[in-house]
This record gives sequence, structure tokens and C-alpha cells, in this order.
Amino acid sequence: MNDLDKFREDTKNWLDKNCPPSMRSGADPTIPVDEVWGGRNAKYKNPESKIWLDRMGEKGWTMPTVPKEYGGGGLTKEEVKVLNEEMFVIGAKSPLLSFGIWMLAPVLLEYGTEEQKKEHLPKIIKGEIRWCQGYSEPGSGSDLASLATKAEDTGDTFLVNGQKVWTSYADKADWIFALVRTGPKEPKHDGISFLLIDMETKGVTTKPITLISGKSPFCETFFDDVEVPKGNLIGELNAGWTIAKKLLQHERAFISNFGLAGAVAGAGSGRDVVSIAKKRLGEENGKIKNSFYRSEIASHKIKEHAFGLTLKRAGDEGGKASATASMFKLYGTEHNKKRHELMVAASGVDGLAWDGDEFDENDKNLTRAWLRTKGNSIEGGTSEVQLNVISKRVLGLPTQ
Amino acid sequence: MKLVLTEEEQFLKDTAKSFADERSPITHFRSLRDHNDPLLWDQDLWNEMTKLGWPGILIPEEYGGSDFGITGISVILNECAKTLTPSPLFATGVIGAYSITNFGTEEQKQKYLPKIVNGELTTSLAIDESSHHNPANTEIIAKKEGSNFIVNGKKTFVIDGASADLIILLARTSGNKGDMAGLTLFLVNSDSKGIDKIKLDMADSRNYANINFSEVEIPDSNILGDLETGGETVEDILDIGRIAMASEMLGNAEAAFEMTLDYLKQRKQFGVLIGSFQALQHRAAEMFCEIELTKSSVMGAMKAADEGSNELQRLSSLAKTVAGETLHLVSNEAVQMHGGIGVTDEYDIGFFLKRARVAEQIFGSSKYHTERYANLSGF
Repeated sequence: MNDLDKFREDTKNWLDKNCPPSMRSGADPTIPVDEVWGGRNAKYKNPESKIWLDRMGEKGWTMPTVPKEYGGGGLTKEEVKVLNEEMFVIGAKSPLLSFGIWMLAPVLLEYGTEEQKKEHLPKIIKGEIRWCQGYSEPGSGSDLASLATKAEDTGDTFLVNGQKVWTSYADKADWIFALVRTGPKEPKHDGISFLLIDMETKGVTTKPITLISGKSPFCETFFDDVEVPKGNLIGELNAGWTIAKKLLQHERAFISNFGLAGAVAGAGSGRDVVSIAKKRLGEENGKIKNSFYRSEIASHKIKEHAFGLTLKRAGDEGGKASATASMFKLYGTEHNKKRHELMVAASGVDGLAWDGDEFDENDKNLTRAWLRTKGNSIEGGTSEVQLNVISKRVLGLPTQ
Repeated sequence: MKLVLTEEEQFLKDTAKSFADERSPITHFRSLRDHNDPLLWDQDLWNEMTKLGWPGILIPEEYGGSDFGITGISVILNECAKTLTPSPLFATGVIGAYSITNFGTEEQKQKYLPKIVNGELTTSLAIDESSHHNPANTEIIAKKEGSNFIVNGKKTFVIDGASADLIILLARTSGNKGDMAGLTLFLVNSDSKGIDKIKLDMADSRNYANINFSEVEIPDSNILGDLETGGETVEDILDIGRIAMASEMLGNAEAAFEMTLDYLKQRKQFGVLIGSFQALQHRAAEMFCEIELTKSSVMGAMKAADEGSNELQRLSSLAKTVAGETLHLVSNEAVQMHGGIGVTDEYDIGFFLKRARVAEQIFGSSKYHTERYANLSGF
């Protein structure tokens, strides 16, 4: 037996013993399902969610490729593939959703000092600290580099004053990674630093923003004379923009995958445009009865299929630079919006259900989900910003 | 299924690129058109392609070919399409070679394949009978009489039909218009008695013909595949043709886009390069993305064909649809972004528009294949 076969057998056995029944596919549907984001104040409706997170976190398998000295799994790419396959076989739930894993950890690995990596990575991996992202400001959306939240050097600490907006789940997060202005006299891109701030520090407050979907996944975050230790600076002073751009690529890749994953997951959950159309508009010889809806749905399905093949091709080619990240963000989010528009349209008035007992739970959820997708092509760089990036960086078109 | 070219395939692509750039730049096509060339392709150029082994790429080694696969021939067509190179490579090197290799009897293979390999024999597929592609609508009848079939009727829009030596004919031996059952494929010499080829003059200045069959006698031994299985067989042949044509169309789109991008970086108005205008930049970026999606769709379909995937039909329709829509968009935008010179005959970009629309119709439009994709996907 070679090492990889041995690893597969060990992994299978470990999962068999350690993955609780309710964390696998085919679990009892009456057990409540948690969205596990971890953190100091995490609450669990199902105690097994916590057990599963602790066990996976202990192994470092929430970030399996990160070296063991930082709390990761220390696995090779081949071993990670095996781990994913074995988890897929038993339908194991992902133990942790985390901006720390998706966005901050890759940046820490690249730019953090040894001390910073040892301090923060294990807590991200174990889900002990929940992170949020402090990028956008009321006056700095697409023009992110114009941000004004300032961090003044007072000797031992930075004194932070200003406001962030669109901070995802800031009201539930323990720490924030933020872009702050440390060089007010420098050109705008050259005066920004990347700073980690504990949300429990005096002077940090948050206020949820209610979205058109009626939900509040985002907050405004205020900094009022907040004292931040200087050791919390990541990378060089005033070199934060490079880190920010790097992190945005991780974010864009994540958001575009989210769109595609939604298409795949949707197919199994009943929230699939074809099954909705067949149910609501009727079916004839296996075809959606209304030919206008059918042709629009077919065109959309073809585009999603072509996009899926493009993601696969990029993977097979070994993954390319930021150019493709912009394209994936653009198409992932635009397709996700279109799919939701089609599902709502095919549902008729039931697709606009908001509340109350007259409507089906699925329909009410669809309405909210549809409205939420409108933010997909704004957050993490608007579709128009992605087109700018492609025009200039990929096609080399001139600036005026 | 890995969506990357093998070393061999990449080599074929590189060879074809140099060949097209050096031996058949767009001026070559323009000159054939301007001189009202009867073939609308050049015999010397075809001889050169033959020396490179291209007509034999889908043909097994025992008949003199190289058996490099659908991906191999498709990447060559892709590169040749970038300079609008006209040649019998699609109708003969893809359709003829694939049909006879996969469905011919041993006798037919020995008779025709070596001649395809050495460039002596060109072929054409006679399938459509009206302005819209639809094999099930075949009405032309082949009636059994003794050991022969007698064919009467008319085929339209036969690619390379004005010059091909051998016609692969789809005819009805039973059933009615609309049925895929009751169809049979025949190999017919184009100089047989009763065949009348009427050369078509079409927008893209390529070789097409309508063909009249009047009491044409075809011996039993010239059936390709089995009697009454022509419906299935021809769908298989067409799917390979659609994939190769999608690859050609991708090449058309890539070239038209590149010419347009160059123009955006050279043309000045209001004292600045027009490529600095955001109204044009975003449209260019969208074209770039659509071309990337087309590359992936064509790659997926080519690989599925070579690996015998059960997704072949769906991927073939996907590739033809996506390539058709992308080329449609790019050819229109290319003309628009070139402004006034874009609509002049002197400038090459208009050739791509004219070629685009004809290619979009070949073996089914994007609309035809969107519907087929939906049928095959179960909705």
C-alpha cells in the first residue's frame, strides 16, 4: 500500500469515527441546521455542529494545506484531494464558513510576520475568532483607494478614526482586517496600510444595515479614537494597497465560485429554474410548456454550462492571474442574478412572496435570495470595475 | 476529461498558424473572390495541406492517415479560419474522412480513404433540402429497383458541392418527412448520370451547390453504414462536423476581435485613441469574455468527441450555439467599431461578417442547437 492509499484508509476511518451523523448527508431533517461561522460568541442550535468544528479544527483540516506549525493540516495537494473525496463520499458538511479562511489567511501566509502567523492562523483554523472585512467607506466604493479612515502614529499605537461600511457580519465578528490611511500626504494608493483590529477595543461600534431583501448581513462600523497596537500592522507601512488587491482576488474568486456552487446546490434543493418552470408553467412530453420561458431558460443553461467548462479549463491549465479572476467574478455574479430572475419570473406572483402563512416557505426564501443577488455584482468590485480591469490589464486598452 | 491540448495537438495548431500566416493570409482569399475562381479554393494550397498530412488526420494509419483525432483537425481549422483560408479540409478532411472511416465497409475504406489522404478525392455531404437545417425533414427518395436505388429530388446548400468528387447523400428509403427513421446514407460519384450541380453564389464567397438528382442509379454496395440507420449515423457525423465548424468559427471570432482591438489602439478621434473610451472598452471586455467561454465550450466538445463521451451530443450543440452567438456578436461589433472603413469592401473586416452568418447556418443555427440542447437535457 502506498502512502496515499494509507492516508485514504486512515482518513476514511477517522471520518467514520469523528463526523457526527447530523453532519452527513441523509441526516434527520428535524435536527436544526447551523450556519457555522465560529467565533467568541458562536451559538449552536445543534451541539454536533460544534463537535464537528472542534474535531476538524484540531486536525487543522479546515485549512488542510496550511503547515502544521500554524495549526493547519500540513497536507499535500494530493492528500487534500483524497480528504475532499472521502468527505464527499459520506456527504460531510463543511465544518466552518469563514472570511478568515477565504480572505485573511492567504494574506497572512504571504505577508504576515512569523509572530502574526502563529498568533492568528490557529484561531482562524479552529474557528475561535470570527473575522470581518473593513474595506469600503461611505465615500469609497468602486474608488476604494480614496478611503479616509485614518490611523495616526502616536508612538506605541495607531489611533484610528473613521467609518467603514458594508462590513459583512461586523456585529457578530471578533476582529476586523481593515484598510486605513497612514500616509495622508502620499499619493492615494501609497498611503494605505493593512491593519488588524480587535472589535472589543474601546471606540469600535457597529450598526446593522437592512437590505432590500429585509435581511442585515452587512453593518456600518465606526472607529472613534480606537487604540491599536503597532504589532497589528500587516506588511510594510503604506504598502497596504498591494495586500488589498491580492485579497480582492481571493474575494472575487470566492464570490464567483459562490455563484456556480449556487447553481449546483440549487439543482438538488428544488430551487432549480427547470423544476420551478415545469411545476409552475406545466410540462408537456418532458418539456417546459411555455416556449418563451423554455428558450430563455435554455439560453441561460447553455451560458452557465460554458462558464462551468471555463472554470474547469482554468483549473486544468493550472490557474492564471488576476485577469481570469475578474472574468469569473463578472460572470459568476451576473449568471447568478440571471438565474434568480428566471426563477422568480417562472414562479409568477408566488416568486414575489414576502411574508405570511399564505405563501410557501421556499417562495418566501426565493424572493429574499433574488433580492440578495443584486448585491453580488456590486460587492467585491462592481461588474463595471471588472470590465475596466479586463480592458486595461488584459486587453491593454489605453487610459485617457 | 482534461480541457487542455496535448503536445501533439499544440504542435498541429502551431504548424497550422505558421501555414495560414505565411501561405494563406487574407489576401489569398480576397484574390480568389476577386477572380471569380470557379473552385473558390486553390488547388496548389490544397496540395500543400495534403503534404502536411491534414486530410488524413482522422484516418487510421493502415489507410495512410495519422489518426490524430477530432481535436487535432479542429485546431487546424481554427488557425486556418483566422485568415479565412478556403479549402476542402472541412468537407473532405472532417466529414468525408470521419464518415467513411467510421461507417464505411472495408471495401469502401480501401477505395476512398487513401485517395482522401493523398488529396486526390474531395467529398461533400448533401443533407439539407430547404433554407433551414433539419435532417428529419429529408424528402428526397431513394427507391429500390433490383440491386440499385433510384434517386430523384434536390439537395440544397451542399458545402463544396460545386466541385466535390464524391457526394455523401442522405435520402429517404421509407417513412415520411419529419421522421429520423427510414433514412439511409449513400456514397455517390458526383459525375454519375442524372446529377446536375448548380454552383451557388453566396455572401461568404465559398464553394456551395444545389444538386439535382434525376433518375440517378446507385448500387446497393454504395450504402454507407446500414440501410435505414442513416438518421443515427448522420447525427453522429453531423455532431463531429458541428464541433469542427465551431472551432473554425472560434478562429473567425478570435481574428476579428484581434483586428478590432488593434484598430482601437491605433485610431484617433477627438485627439485621443478611441480605445480609451469606456463605451468601447466595456464592449471589448465582454467580447473577450465571450471568446474565453467559446474556447472552453469548443475544447469540451472536441475532447468529448475524442474520448467517446456520452455527453458528446449535448456538448456539440453547446459548442455550435456558443460559437454561433459569440461570432455573431463579435462580427457585428467588429464592423461597428471600425466605423466607416468597416463597411467598405476594401477593408477585410467585412469578410468576417459575411463568413460568420453563413457559418452560423451550417449544420444548424444557434437557435436550432439551443432547442436540441434543451431536448437532450430533459426540459
